[in-house]
Amino acid sequence: MAADDRTADTRPRAGDDLIRLSAADLAQALTGGEVSSVEVTQAHLDRIEAVDPAVHAFLHVSAEDALDTARSVDRARSAGEDLHPLAGVPIALKDIVVTRGQPTTAGSRILEGWIPPYDATIVTKIKAAGLPVLGKTNMDELAMGSSTEHSGYGNTHNPWDLDRIPGGSGGGSAAAVAAFEAPLAIGTDTGGSIRQPGAVTGTVGVKPTYGSVSRYGLIAMASSLDQAGPAARTVLDAAWLHQLIGGHDPLDSTSLTDPVPDLVGAARRGAAGDLTGLRVGVVTQLGGEGYQQGVLDRFHEALEMLTAAGAEVVEVSCPHFEHALAAYYLIHPAEASSNLAKFDGMRFGLRVEPTEGPVTAERVMAATRGQGFGAEVKRRIILGTYALSTGYYDAYYGSAQKVRTLVQRDFAAAFERVDVLVSPTVPTTAFRLGEKVDDPLAMYLTDVATIPVNLAGVPGISVPPGWPTACRSASR
Amino acid sequence: MSTPWRDEVARVAALARIDLVPEELDRLAGDLDVIVHAVAEVSRIATPDVPATSHPLPLSNVFRDDVPVTPLDRDEALAAAPEAEAGMFVVPQILGEDA
Repeated sequence: MAADDRTADTRPRAGDDLIRLSAADLAQALTGGEVSSVEVTQAHLDRIEAVDPAVHAFLHVSAEDALDTARSVDRARSAGEDLHPLAGVPIALKDIVVTRGQPTTAGSRILEGWIPPYDATIVTKIKAAGLPVLGKTNMDELAMGSSTEHSGYGNTHNPWDLDRIPGGSGGGSAAAVAAFEAPLAIGTDTGGSIRQPGAVTGTVGVKPTYGSVSRYGLIAMASSLDQAGPAARTVLDAAWLHQLIGGHDPLDSTSLTDPVPDLVGAARRGAAGDLTGLRVGVVTQLGGEGYQQGVLDRFHEALEMLTAAGAEVVEVSCPHFEHALAAYYLIHPAEASSNLAKFDGMRFGLRVEPTEGPVTAERVMAATRGQGFGAEVKRRIILGTYALSTGYYDAYYGSAQKVRTLVQRDFAAAFERVDVLVSPTVPTTAFRLGEKVDDPLAMYLTDVATIPVNLAGVPGISVPPGWPTACRSASR
Repeated sequence: MSTPWRDEVARVAALARIDLVPEELDRLAGDLDVIVHAVAEVSRIATPDVPATSHPLPLSNVFRDDVPVTPLDRDEALAAAPEAEAGMFVVPQILGEDA
């Protein structure tokens, strides 16, 4: 084959071919001058225009801002400036990430029209690295839900089957990545909101170690559980993005001071396929009754692949994981009910005056919150306020905090024996839109396997071992 | 119709400053009944000898250097306010609400 032909074969072309490249490949093509950021960004904007009316992954598309960034990156590259490896690779942001000058609603009507006057720390990092921001992605209102059906702006559809859910709360970010509308996206994960959408859309989702990615500028839901992380189509891409957004932030008092480890290097070493010496624990409690047979079959195939690659796979019991869901649905609503007190119609967002009686601050707050919040948010605020109220605090919130200790101890004991824990990410494949929206408990059960990781603060990743199911691992 | 759970939801909604219409009170009463029973297992598991964990990181007294930075511009901070005047947020009457 002549050299010219080979160039013709591998050189990314505008349009469909460009959007199907991984972020790492796009970065390489951009660095090598084979393609411009404007071409890459425009290809993704074209894709959004073509498919998003059906998918509805985006709440806001910032085409002009994205192209401005792309142009400045292209100019800087031509001038020979030293750029971040991901410079020019476009990205989508979950709408819970505060973004200066762009509408940020967190999927809630109570923030409709709010244009933030500042950037979240992760947005500052993304902008400094020169990633064009394509827009803001759809989500369950204020990150409460597992399907995006609780968005105040209509649900997102799973790109693989438009009648099915894309997961939640970060269904928009996962769907955007799965539908080739963006090579990378940011999500936030409080009980599985990055990993579960990753699992049901066949993409990769990472919940970083608590404190390793700044929470400054994320609209807080449950502060002791929330963590931002990457959504991508490959583990290497997720590692690149994770590496970019991680690190200490003096603006977040819970931010770890440890340096970001070499995640990209780790992803490359893993891809080499030799797992000799790695001890993998299969969690007994996450996999039996309630898990679809197809999910378990794919999971067991993944375990065989791990064994074939040299890993030692053993079963590990984590007895308190069975109670993690109950603890989570007390701790999370309790923290959320407190965090959401700021949506009171006084300083920003919606303000609604009562239709009758005196117009006092307290009555305006109640009217605003009554009209501005959707059903699931109200349900969780009520539950959280109940769990924290006099007479119930010890029995519910206090007990849930003790169960959290027991879950952490289960992880600590397991990590004495193994390096990583694995389980299916979700008990089922993507369910149909509407199937669980009126049954809160059934919706909550979707998170049964992802929640223990958040309670303990350890990292977790969901990877698609055999589409359409996913396998999750957690490590120290 | 008044039921124990409906009354409880109404009490809690008042604490949380959320106006609920009667249909919401009915639905949330049913939801709360089901959810609270489902999560009540925590009080059975949590024995007195187990300490509570409120946070995944054992942090306390986190300080950073006291470095002056340019604060958020006042007009920008007020730009999203439902009502602002003379560089301040305008809020409804807050005193004498019970009068």
